[in-house]
Amino acid sequence: MALKTEEMVLNMGPQHPSTHGVLRLELQIDGEIIIDVIPHIGYLHRCFEKHCEAMTYPQVIPYTDRMDYLASMYNEFGYALAMERLMKIEVPERVEYIRVIMGELQRIASHLVALGTYGADIGAFTPFLFCFRDRERILHLFEITCGARLLYNYIWIGGLSHDLHPDFIRLTKEFIKDFRPNVKELNELLSYNRIFIERTANVGVLPIETAINYGVSGPNLRASGMKWDLRKDDPYSVYHKFDYDIPIGKGEKGKTGDCWDRYYVRVLEMDESLKIIEQAIEQIPDGDVTSAIPKRVKPPEGQIYTRVENPRGELGYFIISDGSINPARVKVRAPSFVTMQVFPELCKGFMVADVVAILGSVDIVLGEIDR
Amino acid sequence: MMYDWLYNLTGSEILAMFIVSLLPLFVFILPFALFAVLMERKVSAHMQDRLGPMRTGYHGILQTIADIIKLLQKEDLVPTATDKILFNLAPLLAFIGSYAAFAAIPFSGFFIGTKIDLGIIFIVGVTGLVVAGILMAGWASNNKYSLLGAMRAAAQIISYEIPTLLIILTIIMLTGTLSLYDLSEMQTAYFWNWLILGGPAVGLQKILLIPFMIMGCLIIYTSTLAEVNRTPFDIPEAESELVSGYHTEYSGMKFAMFFLAEYANMFAVSAIVAIMFFGGYQSPFGYLGNTLGWTWLVPIEQFFWFTSKGLFFVFVQMWLRWTLPRFRVDQLMAFCWKYLIPFSFVILLLVGLIALM
Repeated sequence: MALKTEEMVLNMGPQHPSTHGVLRLELQIDGEIIIDVIPHIGYLHRCFEKHCEAMTYPQVIPYTDRMDYLASMYNEFGYALAMERLMKIEVPERVEYIRVIMGELQRIASHLVALGTYGADIGAFTPFLFCFRDRERILHLFEITCGARLLYNYIWIGGLSHDLHPDFIRLTKEFIKDFRPNVKELNELLSYNRIFIERTANVGVLPIETAINYGVSGPNLRASGMKWDLRKDDPYSVYHKFDYDIPIGKGEKGKTGDCWDRYYVRVLEMDESLKIIEQAIEQIPDGDVTSAIPKRVKPPEGQIYTRVENPRGELGYFIISDGSINPARVKVRAPSFVTMQVFPELCKGFMVADVVAILGSVDIVLGEIDR
Repeated sequence: MMYDWLYNLTGSEILAMFIVSLLPLFVFILPFALFAVLMERKVSAHMQDRLGPMRTGYHGILQTIADIIKLLQKEDLVPTATDKILFNLAPLLAFIGSYAAFAAIPFSGFFIGTKIDLGIIFIVGVTGLVVAGILMAGWASNNKYSLLGAMRAAAQIISYEIPTLLIILTIIMLTGTLSLYDLSEMQTAYFWNWLILGGPAVGLQKILLIPFMIMGCLIIYTSTLAEVNRTPFDIPEAESELVSGYHTEYSGMKFAMFFLAEYANMFAVSAIVAIMFFGGYQSPFGYLGNTLGWTWLVPIEQFFWFTSKGLFFVFVQMWLRWTLPRFRVDQLMAFCWKYLIPFSFVILLLVGLIALM
């Protein structure tokens, strides 16, 4: 008599330690092998886009903070950029420099969370706290600048809410000096750890064609081997003035586009961001950061799509203005949302433990997926 | 011997037996668990640039006591869909398994629960009860995560018992005794008599034995790590995947039982490594008591050396836990069957040949 076997449905989340927020994954498993994954999103839905229609343009900024709460600076950056292009505002050079510095610091902070929690997902808890220790210093830099640690409301349309704190430059330089050895330490502790490589190399391989077909962007796309970064390919702000590289996944430990590549691209990107910050601090001009802020934000009728390279990929704002003080429509192209769609593809045929590894490596933020 | 001494003192066989069987629990396991939990937190904290518990008592030394009081006060929650009998029995069984092992562990020449001749086999056998407890917990919880965790735990513990036993067999073959007391007595005097350095063998034989003994020690330490579900083999309780594995549904004192069993087990396996390779309770360089002529001091010194060795290995376990990531379940099995077991067989064979010399 043949034994009857059946697939088991395992609900992972919304309350689960490694779904990085409130994501529910419906896993169909055969033993421990994944047959299919169905992500259920929407637990964090806050009607961002509908809300915006009831707000004036500047009032939208605090809401953008709350989308990708690990990269709030960059969300504001993108929104401010879109509005400035819509209203044709010339922004003082100093503002642009500060925005770039803040944006890159935010990128490092965001990647630190991604790398640290990834370590914790794989089972190494110590790197997690090491990463948070360094992130803490970046948050401190933000705090002395604008008073907030997570949701800043710092980058405004046409300017900034505050100029830099007198200590900011000195503290940032100190941070860069201390942070480089810490990255090395992280590499020794986690990146090149044999067990870590065993767990992540050749797992959840994202071939470049699939990545392009799904519209994956950011570090996940670059890990698959495509040199695509909006800071270079569709330059905005003052990024063209700096010298930096775009790291891509090379498949050093396994196939190109596996979890290890996605992890390691982020490590390398932190280093590039440090380079940008270093150069920006040297070149930063003087000026008034509030001079170009419009008294009354009332853009002309029209529409605009602006995209920026947020730590998770291409963050796009599509804004339609009907000439009033409220936006007629604000649509956000969220990088995590796009990445989430490719996630089931990555998981098929791997084990339950790999789902956690893959989910951590694509680095999603549920606040942004659900909005 | 503790039992004889208590028998003479109390004049009652049952009372003496009772006290002897309770002694490891109250004199050792509970204080050890209190200390080890705090140690784990402090070790992890200092490795991670933190301070760990600081508020309860001086540098948080009362933290574990506060935790236990909290656990005692908690409601004894039994989810409705569970198999009640098994659910309640499982933590007991897990604890009994690890507690019973302490009966045969010689803390010193004097403080030993019972001097059974099959000591080592007894420990290996009785800790097998822990697997039953874990499986019961996983099944009775009626929770998919618990079930997955329990299945993983059972598969892992049973697989890793094989290399452990093969190395134990090597030692038995070499020394010709199954009694842990005899094993410790055999490695007396100075540290070059410890089995890791070839034991009491002499000449060429001793030198030939050393590499195999070191390898054997590493293998048994690794596989006992897996048996007590510590990182990098903490797959049954892999927090990021299975929430907390087989004890997800447990709370209050039942959870504390699993916890206590885990810490007791940690010491038990460290003790086995210490006894088999590092001279058990023997001091590495003679006894102060013998030098001064105070014979009553010797057992106390032995107790000190034994706990120090045990604690050192427990510390290494913690060290590894807060450094390494964890294996995936199939990699774990592959590691056991493809590397540890073949190597143990080779060691068994070659040590056998050397012993014949």
